[in-house]
Amino acid sequence: MTTATTAVRPTGLAPRAELLPALAAVYRAQLSRARVSRIPLLFVAVFQSLGIMVMMRGVVGTGPADTGAARDVVAGSSVLVVAFVALNLLAQYFGRLRASGGLDHYATLPVPAASVVLGTAAAYASFTVPGTLLTAVVGCVLFQLSWVHLWILLLVVPLSGAALSGVGAACGLLADRQEIATLLGQLGMSAALLLGVLPPGHMPEAVRWVRDLLPSTYGVDALARTFAGRPDWAAVTADLAVCAAVGVISLALSTWAYRRAATRS
Amino acid sequence: MRSENAGTDDHCCRVRDLVKDYRTGRGAKARTVHANAGISLDVRRGEVFGLLGPNGAGKSTLVRQLTGLLRPDSGSVEVLGHDIVRHPELASRLLAYLGQESTALDELTVSLAVETTARLRGLGSAQARAARDAVLTELDLEPLARRTLGKLSGGQRRLACFATALVGERPLLVLDEPTTGMDPVARRAVWSAVERRRAAAGVTVILVTHNVIEAETVLDRVAVVDEGRVIACDTPGGLKALVDGDVRLDLVWREEPPLGLPLVASLAGRAVRSGRRWTVRADPDEARELVAQVTSGPAFAALDDFSLSTPSLEDVYLLLGGRHEGLAK
Repeated sequence: MTTATTAVRPTGLAPRAELLPALAAVYRAQLSRARVSRIPLLFVAVFQSLGIMVMMRGVVGTGPADTGAARDVVAGSSVLVVAFVALNLLAQYFGRLRASGGLDHYATLPVPAASVVLGTAAAYASFTVPGTLLTAVVGCVLFQLSWVHLWILLLVVPLSGAALSGVGAACGLLADRQEIATLLGQLGMSAALLLGVLPPGHMPEAVRWVRDLLPSTYGVDALARTFAGRPDWAAVTADLAVCAAVGVISLALSTWAYRRAATRS
Repeated sequence: MRSENAGTDDHCCRVRDLVKDYRTGRGAKARTVHANAGISLDVRRGEVFGLLGPNGAGKSTLVRQLTGLLRPDSGSVEVLGHDIVRHPELASRLLAYLGQESTALDELTVSLAVETTARLRGLGSAQARAARDAVLTELDLEPLARRTLGKLSGGQRRLACFATALVGERPLLVLDEPTTGMDPVARRAVWSAVERRRAAAGVTVILVTHNVIEAETVLDRVAVVDEGRVIACDTPGGLKALVDGDVRLDLVWREEPPLGLPLVASLAGRAVRSGRRWTVRADPDEARELVAQVTSGPAFAALDDFSLSTPSLEDVYLLLGGRHEGLAK
């Protein structure tokens, strides 16, 4: 038997890694990093939020006149932990990975881009759980707020975590230089801090528009509403829906940014 | 029955006229660097093929195109019959790549780094654990399994990264300076692991190196790369034959060479000087004569050390012109 082909017969390809198992593997590996190197920074995230609440306790009282402001301060400080870790630290992580050529490792494995981005983002969102919980509980004690509905954090953390980690990952992967990624992450967190923690009632109109553009705002508002005796669940749901939508868009954007960064370095 | 074109089936990797330019700097300082200026290569199945050359020669740019990480400006890359320029995403299903950076793994334990890489290479969780255990045993990495990669010494970290390249067996391994910083025991573990895979599964290896001694001992064939071009490609023995059996005489002077002596003055013109070290290429008879003269005469007092050696790949590289000054005969 003779064959007329002049080219090399293509050799069988090894299978691709499936989306979900690969995502789980990335998530597990990223989570393990918390034990090794993320712990100090996680402490910083919590201490920063606790410090802000203690400071704000000096100007915001526990009386009926200040209830609204107290809710905003506690909700803002709690979500700030998410912004610090999921947005700021994740932007820095991907910025460093891209600048140092670390993305090559993933780019030469048959793994879907979404697995790498979503697995990493999910891990960073998970890092924020203990800190957010601790901040919210301490805040409730400090400002004498009801913690009956604190279970809402089970939705606020993953949804605002998705939105903010998506933005963080996109910043880290799109920035041309590592310094730019760090800068974007810091700016995002500063915005979340200033616009999230301070009660919006006293803000000028223009600043309130900027606040509305920030994805963390909707997590803050959702949490703040649940401190009420009778929360407006429709508004809470709407806020969380915005977080979810921003999460889908920003994670899709960061997956695209990952593909671009992995193949164009 | 063998097909009439069976010869071409021997190829693992076929590169034709590969061109890749970089732009560096901005504005008036902008200039174009020809990282690869028309490279053609054939790597046969089951061989250990080396890319040898100085830093900045274009070796890493070449392997980044082979692995689908970088798109060439023009030219073609075929790996095991697949067009990698048109379908760079297929590369990861054909080959394992060990790059120079380990930042993606630095904060993981050795064990988890290997297992995760195996999972991402498409293995199921039980398979991945089994592959991890096997490779950690094979490379004698078990004592380090629970240590964090980033906290290991350079050589140990490199070995752990090499372990990640082995899991999820691929028919082609592309290794960019795999043994940098390794002690001799680790080096031996690397080359034994490569040899086992070659014997058992016909695995092909493309190795980037600038370690001449390693190149001579492990490579079947070697391409010498300089300034983005392949300036020679042959077996290490074949390349060394280019130096016509000349030997190399190295003279190291204690202080200033005694140029007043006629013998030293006559050598001065033909030696390549590097600080106090002079290197002269000569045929073996002449070299023996020179050694006798230098070591028995007054020049000996000024001599710190001398050596006579058979040609190495380094001599070949220098003879071929390279970027550096060739050794004058």
